[in-house]
Amino acid sequence: MNGLTPGQRISARRALLDQIWNENPIFRQVLGICSALAVTNLVFNTTLMCAGLVWTTTMSSLTVSLMRNYTPQRIRIMVQVLIVAVYVIVVDIVFRVFFFETHKQIAAYVGLIITNCIVLGRLEAFANKNKPVAAAMDGLGAGLGYSAILMCVAVIREVLGFGTIMANTAWKVQVLPLSEHAAWWRQWTIMVMPSGAFFVLALVVWAARAWAMNRETPSRAQPAGGAP
Amino acid sequence: MTVQLIAASPIDGPMALRLLAILASASLTDNILLARFLGMCPFLSLSRQVRSAFGMGLAVIFVTTCTVWINWLLYAHILLPLEPYGLPADSLKLILFIVVVAAFVQLMEMLIERISTRLYYSLGIFLPLITVNCAILGAALFMTTSVTDPAKHYGGLDSLVYGFGAGAGWFIAIMLLAGVRSRIKEDSIPPALRGPGITLIIAGIMAMAFVIFQGMIKL
Repeated sequence: MNGLTPGQRISARRALLDQIWNENPIFRQVLGICSALAVTNLVFNTTLMCAGLVWTTTMSSLTVSLMRNYTPQRIRIMVQVLIVAVYVIVVDIVFRVFFFETHKQIAAYVGLIITNCIVLGRLEAFANKNKPVAAAMDGLGAGLGYSAILMCVAVIREVLGFGTIMANTAWKVQVLPLSEHAAWWRQWTIMVMPSGAFFVLALVVWAARAWAMNRETPSRAQPAGGAP
Repeated sequence: MTVQLIAASPIDGPMALRLLAILASASLTDNILLARFLGMCPFLSLSRQVRSAFGMGLAVIFVTTCTVWINWLLYAHILLPLEPYGLPADSLKLILFIVVVAAFVQLMEMLIERISTRLYYSLGIFLPLITVNCAILGAALFMTTSVTDPAKHYGGLDSLVYGFGAGAGWFIAIMLLAGVRSRIKEDSIPPALRGPGITLIIAGIMAMAFVIFQGMIKL
């Protein structure tokens, strides 16, 4: 993952920055998009989902790292899953109290943060072997890197699909006119449908990888993530 | 003709028709992967070869069918009846379901290892990956919303069929994708698009194809 041997120390700052860009979980490894693609047709739903994920990765990384010397190796996966579940339940309750209407739409997906590959991946690869502060920063970075890409996808999908940003909230902005008010613009129904999510994410991943590869070509001949 | 019949009112119709409608909607119209985006990680990483896609698909069908049913038992007979007494069913179900899935997978792994070494090597290696497959937990969570939905009100048999249908839908999707990916291996694709990028585009086209099933069955 980081190309480090377990004994090597890594600074908290580097752990944070690495996860946001260099090792970005989505376009380097394309992990954990399951529970998030479904909510990206509205920016507000995505914001909530990303906030929940950032909180969960940060706090569970911190907790797992604090407990790393007291957890028996054999049952560590089970312990990690339970720790994650506790933080997800906190998110679930907070959303139900403060964002009742939105929570009804995304409830199942909030619960699915538990099985998000990014959360468990970071716990297993990093938090399990590193000090608490570095682990928390690593989790925060993974969450933020993931959120950045999902927000791009959500903005593209909502603007083209509905013509708005942050619909269903007080901060709603009409970016593009509705079809019935303008002759030159038709809303893209495909962006609201599932296939739109796949296409937009593919384009975002393509753009991010092409940009990263352009910068790295002198040192590496192969694409950074490699063709799986 | 059959489609017309199903479209009428499958959920109140005869038992067989109701189960058929649940099966078709779980596997085709509401495909857990292409319409609900669950189980994407193994879908992207294990679809390179038809062989591994087949093994993982079978494992998912089996585990989803069993765990959705076990989870239904726990949810409908323990969590829901206790809710009036102050048990937070909606929060507890998350922990309960993930523990059930993890325990079931662990048990299966040990059992298969005992029974047949051949089966263990063809199916067993996929089992640990399944614990973190969101499709399994997702199917259980969607099942609970159908149980509490007064229009559907899933019973035990309905949940069993739903679990099987969800697993089968995942199986169909990953097999189709593995077939396509083995064909495009030789094609020239821009380097940055290779791997996950092109796979997502294929999945998008497949999702468009599955949209035609929408509206055939209304649950």
